[in-house]
Amino acid sequence: MQDLLNLFVRSIFVENMVFAFFLGMCSYLAVSKTVNTAMGLGIAVTFVLVITIPVDWALNEYVLKKGALDWLIGEQAAEIDLSFLSFIMFIAVIASMVQLVEMVVEKFAPALYSQLGIFLPLIAVNCAILGGSLFMQERELASIGEATVYGLGSGIGWLLAIIGIAAIREKIRYSNIPAPLRGLGITFIATGIMAIAFMTFMGIKL
Amino acid sequence: MSKNSKLLSGPINLNNPITVQVLGICSALAVTVKLEPAIVMSVSVTAVLALANVIVSLLRNTIPSRIRIIVQLVIVAALVILVDQILKAYLYDVSKQLSVFVGLIITNCIIMGRLEAFALGNKPYASFLDGIGNGAGYAIILIIIAAIRELFGAGTLTFPGIGEVTIIPQAFYDFGYQNNGLVILPPMALIVVGIIIWVQRAKTRELIEEV
Repeated sequence: MQDLLNLFVRSIFVENMVFAFFLGMCSYLAVSKTVNTAMGLGIAVTFVLVITIPVDWALNEYVLKKGALDWLIGEQAAEIDLSFLSFIMFIAVIASMVQLVEMVVEKFAPALYSQLGIFLPLIAVNCAILGGSLFMQERELASIGEATVYGLGSGIGWLLAIIGIAAIREKIRYSNIPAPLRGLGITFIATGIMAIAFMTFMGIKL
Repeated sequence: MSKNSKLLSGPINLNNPITVQVLGICSALAVTVKLEPAIVMSVSVTAVLALANVIVSLLRNTIPSRIRIIVQLVIVAALVILVDQILKAYLYDVSKQLSVFVGLIITNCIIMGRLEAFALGNKPYASFLDGIGNGAGYAIILIIIAAIRELFGAGTLTFPGIGEVTIIPQAFYDFGYQNNGLVILPPMALIVVGIIIWVQRAKTRELIEEV
């Protein structure tokens, strides 16, 4: 339990997707003009991460990893290593999951759908999602529970980051910034300063 | 200037994928702690981009537009697997340093962005040039960031094939010069990009955003 909590806190603050690994920067920069839309995208990303990371974990554990197929064909599976296929399998899972999530949300929560609508298809090519799955594979998380908690934590970390920068950008509009720095430039520098702030969490352990 | 040479030179300054189109930032920042991985990453992205552009452009009249994203992802993922295997075979150390970021070329927005915006509507040769041009624009920014970060952070520059070259002489250190540890850390990558954008826009006034 403590391990899970530890992983959760680490993935939100210490190993924040945006500030430590720069994942999902494109949508982070493009969709952070107002807090409302930023919130919508952040929730959609968290939602998709919580679903795809455990699914990709199972895929990795039971199909792709070296020797993972021994539940199916026994001893001789020890030599089979399909991990070179993981990119294409993960991206296929993500694309189909996003499609599935889109259909389920459209059916059961039309209000949420109209809010997330345009963002959901974009998420398939958001690097934070594929990055989450690849980090899950690289770190060899031990159980599906850990994978889910990692997905939730990194999603919430991303949500925090995008809401923070959207709020800053709403305020910054009224400041007198040198003309060449307006828009993109100042957003980068503000993100850098936020990242320095997040670095103070480094070394936190529960 | 002819149309083809514009395809090559446009993305290097006026239409730069990173500082103007805002595509492919994720990988640009993460691999720039040292010069060598940055160069390897630029070459990989350029190769994948040019090839994917050509393939999608050849198939542009046969791909049904409803499923085009999935078709594009499969093409790109197949190319990235090739690149990943080649790096693991010939440049194992660099491929370890790049870790997940080779895989993330699949979702690199430059690739999807150029496929959608250019390759789907243009002939293969023009798409090839567009791929090379955008790859070069990406490479230039990556190399500038990596050179700044490695020079001030570690006092060295690492070139592929040559290895680490010490740039800042020992006499400086004896005199009390210190490497700036902050430059190596993630936040400075963002600030360096911010400053590059500032310099570029100050020089080319038409890029300034109206807010």
